[in-house]
Order: sequence, then structure tokens, then C-alpha cells
Amino acid sequence: MGDFSFAYSIWIPLIPFFTFILLGLAGHILKPRLAGIIGTTALGVIFVMSLYTAYQYFFVYGMVDGVYQKIIAYNTTWLQFTDTLHIHMGVILDPISVMMLVVVTTVSFMVHLYSIGYMHGELGFERFFAFLSLFSFAMLGLVVATNIFQMYIFWELVGVSSYLLIGFYYQKPSAVAASKKAFIVTRFADLGFLIGILILSYITGTFDFITITDPNGAAIHQGSGTAFLGLSVMTWAVLLIFIGGAGKSAMFPLHIWLPDAMEGPTPVSALIHAATMVVAGVYLVARLFPVYYFSAPEALHVIAYVGGFTSLFAAVIACTQLDIKRILAFSTLSQIGYMMLALGVSGWGDHEGVGFMAGNFHLFTHAMFKALLFLGSGAIIHAVHSNYMNEMGGLRKYLPITHLTFLIACLTIAGIPPFSGFFSKDEILVAAYHHDKVLFFVEYFVAGLTAFYMFRLYFSVFWGKEPHYHHKPHEAPATMTIPLIFLALASIFTGFIPFTELVTTDGVPFHAHIDWGIALPSIGIGVLGILGAMVMYRRETNLPEKMAANLKYLYRWSYNKFYIDEVYLFITKKIIFRYISRPVAWFDRHMVDGAMNGMAGLTNLISFKIRGFQSGQVQKYAFVFVTGALALALVFIYLWTN
Amino acid sequence: MDFLSYFIIVPLLTVLGIIVSRNDKQAKWTAAIGMSIQLVLAAVLVFRYLAERKAGNMAEFLFYHDYLWFPALNIRYTVGVDGISVAMVALTSLVIFTGIFASWEVKFQFREFFATLILLATGVFGFFICTDLFTMFLFYELAVLPMYLLIGIWGSGPKEYSAMKLTLMLMGGSALLLVGLIGLYFHSAPDGGPYTFNFIEISKVQIPIQMQYFLFPMTFVGFGILGALFPLHTWSPDGHSSAPTAVSMLHAGVLMKLGGYGCFRVAMFLMPEAAHDLSWIFLILTTISVVYGAFGAIMQKDLKYINAYSSVSHCGLVLFALLMMNETAINGAIMQMVSHGIMTALFFALIGMIYGRTHTRIIDEMGGLMRVIPFLAVAYVIAGLASLGLPGFSGFVAEMTVFVGSWQNTGTFYRVATVIACASIVITAVYILRVVGILLQGPVREPWYHQFTDATWYERISVGFLIAGIAGIGIAPLWLSNMITNSLGPIMDRLNMISFIH
Repeated sequence: MGDFSFAYSIWIPLIPFFTFILLGLAGHILKPRLAGIIGTTALGVIFVMSLYTAYQYFFVYGMVDGVYQKIIAYNTTWLQFTDTLHIHMGVILDPISVMMLVVVTTVSFMVHLYSIGYMHGELGFERFFAFLSLFSFAMLGLVVATNIFQMYIFWELVGVSSYLLIGFYYQKPSAVAASKKAFIVTRFADLGFLIGILILSYITGTFDFITITDPNGAAIHQGSGTAFLGLSVMTWAVLLIFIGGAGKSAMFPLHIWLPDAMEGPTPVSALIHAATMVVAGVYLVARLFPVYYFSAPEALHVIAYVGGFTSLFAAVIACTQLDIKRILAFSTLSQIGYMMLALGVSGWGDHEGVGFMAGNFHLFTHAMFKALLFLGSGAIIHAVHSNYMNEMGGLRKYLPITHLTFLIACLTIAGIPPFSGFFSKDEILVAAYHHDKVLFFVEYFVAGLTAFYMFRLYFSVFWGKEPHYHHKPHEAPATMTIPLIFLALASIFTGFIPFTELVTTDGVPFHAHIDWGIALPSIGIGVLGILGAMVMYRRETNLPEKMAANLKYLYRWSYNKFYIDEVYLFITKKIIFRYISRPVAWFDRHMVDGAMNGMAGLTNLISFKIRGFQSGQVQKYAFVFVTGALALALVFIYLWTN
Repeated sequence: MDFLSYFIIVPLLTVLGIIVSRNDKQAKWTAAIGMSIQLVLAAVLVFRYLAERKAGNMAEFLFYHDYLWFPALNIRYTVGVDGISVAMVALTSLVIFTGIFASWEVKFQFREFFATLILLATGVFGFFICTDLFTMFLFYELAVLPMYLLIGIWGSGPKEYSAMKLTLMLMGGSALLLVGLIGLYFHSAPDGGPYTFNFIEISKVQIPIQMQYFLFPMTFVGFGILGALFPLHTWSPDGHSSAPTAVSMLHAGVLMKLGGYGCFRVAMFLMPEAAHDLSWIFLILTTISVVYGAFGAIMQKDLKYINAYSSVSHCGLVLFALLMMNETAINGAIMQMVSHGIMTALFFALIGMIYGRTHTRIIDEMGGLMRVIPFLAVAYVIAGLASLGLPGFSGFVAEMTVFVGSWQNTGTFYRVATVIACASIVITAVYILRVVGILLQGPVREPWYHQFTDATWYERISVGFLIAGIAGIGIAPLWLSNMITNSLGPIMDRLNMISFIH
């Protein structure tokens, strides 16, 4: 490692933090445009810093003796719980965290730049940039966390930034409801995360990632005894932690918040709900991967199947939705499912660990092309002032740059070579093939569905019948198209990054070749999906209606998102509100408090009854006195005589 | 004059100043200046305390002074502070300081109001700095009684009922307490010699275990009522909702902490064996408190009721953590006291300010306040986020310390209790976001809301200081945590000795 110090990297999260403070406290004094420029510049600076760090880490100092090291660039004690359990705040640099730094700062920088154009003239422009800075700070703090508690802290902070940004249009009731839902669902999942941390830290005696995940260390083998339902303590701990990850990454059945989160401004959807925050769950599993692999393989199976199921489930729903942002949201769910699945089927070391590599690889490429899709959809919405596909059509003439970049993104997600999605998805399929044939074929099918629904979107928006537009749609300004072009280039070329030599389970690079036996059918399926969409949606036909009529029930269930939202509503509104909360409130007022009031009432009553004795009439007193004395005398006589 | 007694003298002089002041304006400024001095004193105390500790002064209580007061019964005025009392004193001065600015516009009987309020604060300060049980009890009563007048005269709604209820229930607690304290007194000198009320000395003797079984519930419940121990918490929603702003702030912010502090300092510190054996009963009650308060808050409509139930939940967590009886959990309990104190004061201050504009506290009758009074609305969101335990604010630090501490106790009973308590973080999020959604977000409810003025300068002072408090602790908690932990040695020694014996 030499004398080089990575300590400067603490400023990567801190710069956006100070931007947040500045814009939060003084934002309303600044001119909106200036606030936007400050926020964007800050992100530009840390974008460059992250690229520099990545260069220094991967190509200069990171590798020692052929292994990428985990470097603690900075660490300070924040809080001490017990003698051994301390929360540190610090920066860890290892292949996945450095990769994430690049992902987060790239997308965040692009989104900042884009927002200057997109949010122009909006009320609360500076507030928007303040929140974006807050989010960037929190996400970067999460990525560089040296210990699980630091991660949890920033995990909560990204949650709240997401809440604030979804509810950015706070006067719109649907946005308010969506932000609330997002926060509460993820909070519920975080309860699992928290308890998981409590168990994990109790059995290992530390929060520290390096200690916990060291395959040769003592910590990872703790808690291997069977605890409950045949699973070990460690398995329970990491499963609970995975619940947290599943909540943040919107895995089934905790996915319900993500489609609603599209109520937020589109740049937010691109940054938080597509590229960065929602993959935090994947990152969490990747971070603890050695623990899952060596101590809790059952948990890893669960992850693989949750991921696989979510990818299928979301892809089916995406085929019938009409709101373009929601289609992209379900597509995000589906793609994150892929990543989870990749981690779930991964082994350890060299080719065995190809799933781990592929999951991270896909995370990286997905961040680029999904951010591009969202920003593209933002440009479309900006042009036609609607989210609904049936109010769009023929836009390729009006939005040439958006059209081209969107097409690139669609080809990327459909897994067509040489775009980046092809390479990362192919590695996932390879990993699945060697591990679990069922999941492998499911993913083949999902690949076809993905191509279909993306091109359904593409053809409906850019081709198809042109509706009557109130205003002639126009291309977005340069601040919006530059990020589109940048991300399109990233989508094309990031596939050539040799991930096998950078991000591996044990830090040792390996070589891998494309397995054409798996890749060719997957391309074929992708092309099939595209052709299907082309036939149905390129020109106006009655095919879609026919399809819908033939698959009536599937269509209806898919269109209503399999009624999961209704199930949640039933649980919250009916069970929690009506059958728990209201009775508690009633019980408190009428039983508990009633008892107190009853006591007071009783006291009152008794005093009312006996106050007659204090009448002030001497005759009465004399009467009572004499009667009492007589009674006593009788008692005494009775006692003496016996 | 010793340093600590200034904490009683300054408020008393302020009260005197208010009484002799010629008009409301003078009274106002006398109060403001007096409480500013008090706040500065508290800051000085924190720094001096930390400096003394750093210099290696390991005495259990610092700035210790002892004056004989009533020789016949060996009642003394003894003052001394450890890290825990310092934290409490600092909390109290912050809350009363901001409370003054939050009630800048009280119209009716202004001087009497401020004089009573500060008298109440005097009682609280005295309680925290004294180490003599009798004197503590005296100050305790001094803190509880003015509450009756403050709610009964300056309150709103069914104020007579609420004032009576609150006072009677707390007096009931006092009755139990008095028995407990006298019991302790008569067992304070098992080897002969004069009896004493000084808890430092009592802590060095062994109270007979049978006696502890009797006295511990007395003192714990006596103080527990003030700490909103289920099912004796019902004074709190009514009391808070009828009390004027500053009184709610002081009451929820500080007075309820007297309960936790007393449970810790008197009940558990002096009778650790009984605490150890009987804790399970109270642990069940406090676990109920934590979730029950939170569920209770979900369906409320009145802002103050919501906050009162929320306080039941948060203060339940204080007692819950104390009863876990390990160093981390107790540390968390004390931090939760400080954190909840500031947070709830902020809530009540804001509720008062919002009420002053909309003239209602029913959330369904309001809406869209974010648009018209952004400063207060943002402050309310911050208070809400702090309350639901967002990192960066004090609530998170305290709750996590409690949870991690509780988890160190093995055994299914403790684990289940901890998981249930942890679940409160979700329920809290539900009721906080519900209020934020209805009250602040959404379209502006009434057209005349647009004429509202946002926070005035004194409201900004009040809110600003409180937010600085929760954010300061939330961002840099280590000093507070260390200050408290370093003072837990004596009680931990005694508790550990029991676990060793058992």
C-alpha cells in the first residue's frame, strides 16, 4: 500500500453533508439557480474524487500480494455501548465499496445536473437540492460504513431522505401517502435489521465488518448451534438482517412502497428508487456475504428464491401497467431480484464466486441504464405533461436525443450485445445455471418478459399512434440531455469493464469468458420479446386487447398488482387501526382511567354519605356520643363476663 | 456559598424580581434574564464537571457541600452532583429557558404565571442537586404543587378536572414515597449511630431484604407514577392537554424525569437486592407502557394527547431500560431521559405555537401548515423525526443504547421484552407520520391560514435552542454517554455483587 493515505476519502460523504447544511439553513436566501449550482458543483467534486479513489485503489495501491485489501481509510469512535461494542464512524475501502462510490457519485452528479433543468421554476427548488445533498451524504456514508451499526445509521438516513423526496410535492395528497407508505414499510423491515444486528453483535461481540466477515476469524463461526425452528442463531441473525435489506430493496412482499414512490420528482426516482438506495439491500448482502456463505447457507437459499420470485413477479406486473414510471419501477424490482438471486446462488473463490461478481456487476450496469431510463422518462413527461402511456405516441420526431438514448437503454436492459446489460445478465445466468436449474429457467423467461415490457413501453411512447398534444412536445434543455448522453455512453461501454478482475468474493481476480451456450439462447429470447412488442405496439393494432381478453384473469391480477396493496391495507387499516389501536385508546380512557375516576368517585360518594355526621348539631353529637358509649360499654361487659 | 446552590438561588431571586417588577414587560425580561443566567450556569457546570473528572477527581459526587438543617432528625441540606445529575440539571435549565420564550405572550396574570413557573423549576433543580432524601422530597413537593395552580388557573379545556386529577394522583405517589423514605431512614444506621437521609450514606449500608421487598415497591411506584408507569399514567394525557404551553414543556420535559431519576437514584440504588428480585414485575408493566402508549397515540386526534401518549411510550422506555439493570441499558435510560426531555419540550412548544395561530389542536381540523408557516412546520417535522428515532438526533442514540443494553441480558423473558420494545420504533413512525401528513402536508386547509405570520423572534429562540439540543446530542453523543457511564460505577458495583451472589 506504500505511504499513500486514503484518509481524504472521508470528505466524499462529508462534502454533501455540508452542502446540505448550507442549503438547508441558507437556501431560502440564495437564488434558486445558485443553490442548484452549489449542489451540483459539490457533487461534481466528489465524483472526481471517487473516480480518483477508484483509480488509486484498483490500479495502484489496493492490491497487495495479488489480493484486493480491505482498507480502513478513516475511523473514529462515535459511541460506546459496552466495553467491546463501539460504534465507529469511518470509511472502508474494498472492491465493492469503491465500486459503489463510483456508482453513487456518478448517478448523483448526473441527476443533480439534470435537475437544474427539470426542476426549473418549481417551488422549493433549493429545498430539492438540499434533500439531494442529504441523500448523497447518507448513501455515501452507508457505502463506506466500516461497521454494521454505521450502516444502520445511514440506512435510516437514506430512508428519511427518500421519505422527504417522495413527499417533495407535499401539497399533493397522493405524494404524502406514498412517502408515508415508503417510510413505514421500510421501517418495519428495519426492525428486522435492528434485531438482526442485536443478535449478530451479541454473538460475535463486535459490529466491525472486517472482524465479522473474516472467513478465517472466530466471529463468523459463532452462534452455529441450533436455536429455533432448526436454524442456527447466526442464520436467524442474518435472515433478520436480510429482512432489512429486502425492505430497502423492495423485495416481495415488502415491495409495495416502491411503485408508489414514483410520486416523487422523476430525478429522485432515477437516483434513489432505481440506481442507488434500492440496491442498498444487495450491497448489504454483498457486504456480509462471507457470513451468509460460510455460516448461513440456508439464508442464502432464501435470498436466491426471494430474488428469483421477485424478478418474475415484478416482470409480470410490468407488462400490464400504463404509467411509464411505474413500469420502470416494476422493472427495477425485477432487476434487483436478479442481483439478489446472483448473490444467493454464488459460491466462494474464483469461478465459484461468479454469482457474487455478477450481482455487483449487474448492480453497476443497472445503475447506469436504469438511471438513464428514468431520466429519459423524465424528459418525456417534461415534454407531454403526463405519465400515462396511452396519452403518448410518435414522440421520436419531437425528442430525437431522448429517443436515441432511451432506445440504447432499452436494448441494454433487454440484454442485447454489445450493451452492458448483456454482459452482466449473462454472468448471472451462468451462476444460476451452475447452481439451480429452476431459477435458471425462470430467469430465462424473465429475460424475455423484460425485453417485451420494455419495448412495449418504447414502441408505445416513441412509435404508435400520435395523440393530440395540447402543446407541441419539445426536446429537453441541455442540462437534461447531457446526462442522458453521458449515461447512454456508460450503458454502452461499462459492459467491457473486467469485473472478474476487480470485484470478487475473496479479492483474488480471475478470468472468465462468455459462455455462448447460455448467452445465445438468452439473446434469442430477448429478441423474441422485442419482436413480440414490435408486432403488438409499433402500429396501432387490436392485438393487445385480444391478448388481454385471452388471458383475462392473469391480466386483471397483473394489472392490479396481484392485490398485494389491498392485503396491506387490510392489515393496517382494519387490523392495526381498528382492532388494536382503537381498543387500546378506548381501554385507556374507559378502563384504566375509568378505574382512577371510579376511585375518585367512590371517595366522593363515601364522603357524601358520611358528611351528615358532621352536621354541627350538638344534640346529634350528644346522641351519637351516648349511643357509642353505651355500645362500647355493652361490648366490654360482654367481654368481661366471658 | 457553594457553586451548586446557585441553581436554587438564581431562580428564587428571579421569582422575587418578578414579584417586585412593576409591569409585565419588566417581569418578562426578569424571567428571561434569570433563566439565561441559569442556562449559562448549567453550561459552566457541565464544563467544570468534565474538567474535574478529567483532572482525575474520582469522588462519587462533586461540588459536595453539607449543611445541617434540622438537627433533631439529622435532616441536612446536602448538595452534590455526579454525571447523571449534571445531565438532568442541564436539561432542566434548557427546558425552562426555552419555556420562558415559548410563553412570551401569556396574557392573563402574567407575573403570577412566571413566578409560579419558575418556582416549580426551583423545585426541580433542588431535587436534582440534593443528596438528602428529605430535602429531595421537599423539593419534589415544591415542584408538584405549583402544577395545580398553573393548570387550574392558566390551563384550557376541563382544566379544574385535569389539575385535580394530576395533583391527586401525584400526591398519591408522594404518600407512597413518604412511607418509603421514612422506612429507609429508620434502616439507615444498622450499627447504631444517628439515622440519616443522605442517600450516599444509605447506599453503603445493607437494608434488610424483607424491608426492601416492602420499601422498593413503595418508592418505585411512588416515583413511577410521575414517570408515567402503566397503569398509573392517566394523569398525563389530561394534565398535558389542559396545561398551558410552558407548563406542558416543563412537565413532560423535566418533571416526568424526576420519576425516572428517583426510581434510579432512590429505589434501585438503595435497594438493589429488591430491585433485582422484583424487576420482572415492573419490566412487564413498562414493556406494556412502551407499546401501549404508542398504540394509544395512533388514534388520538388532539395534538397534545398524541404527544402525551407518545410520552407514556418514551418514558416507559426509560423505566424499562433502568430495570434491565446493566450498565449500557441504564446509560441508555438516562440518555433517553435527556433526549425525551428536550424532544417533548420542543413538541409542546410547537403545539402551543400552532394552537396560537389556528386556535385548535384537533389535527383533522387543520392541514397544509407547511405552506403557510414553514419554520414551525419544519421544526415540527424535525421534532417528529427525532421522536421516531432518526439517527442524527438524540432519540436514536438513547434508544439504541437501551436496545443494545437490554439485549445483553440473556434469557427468553428479557429477549421477548426487548423485541416488543423495539417494535415501538415502527409504531412511533406510524403516528408521527400520520400527524405530519395531516397537519403539515396536503393543501392549505383554510384560506385565512395565508395570513399567518411565521415564527416570531422569541419563538425562534425557543425552538432553535431545543433543536440544537437534540441535534447536538444526536451528532456527537460520546461526551454525554461517557459522562453518564462514568457515574454508574457505584450502582453497577452493587448490582454486580448481587448477580454474583445469586
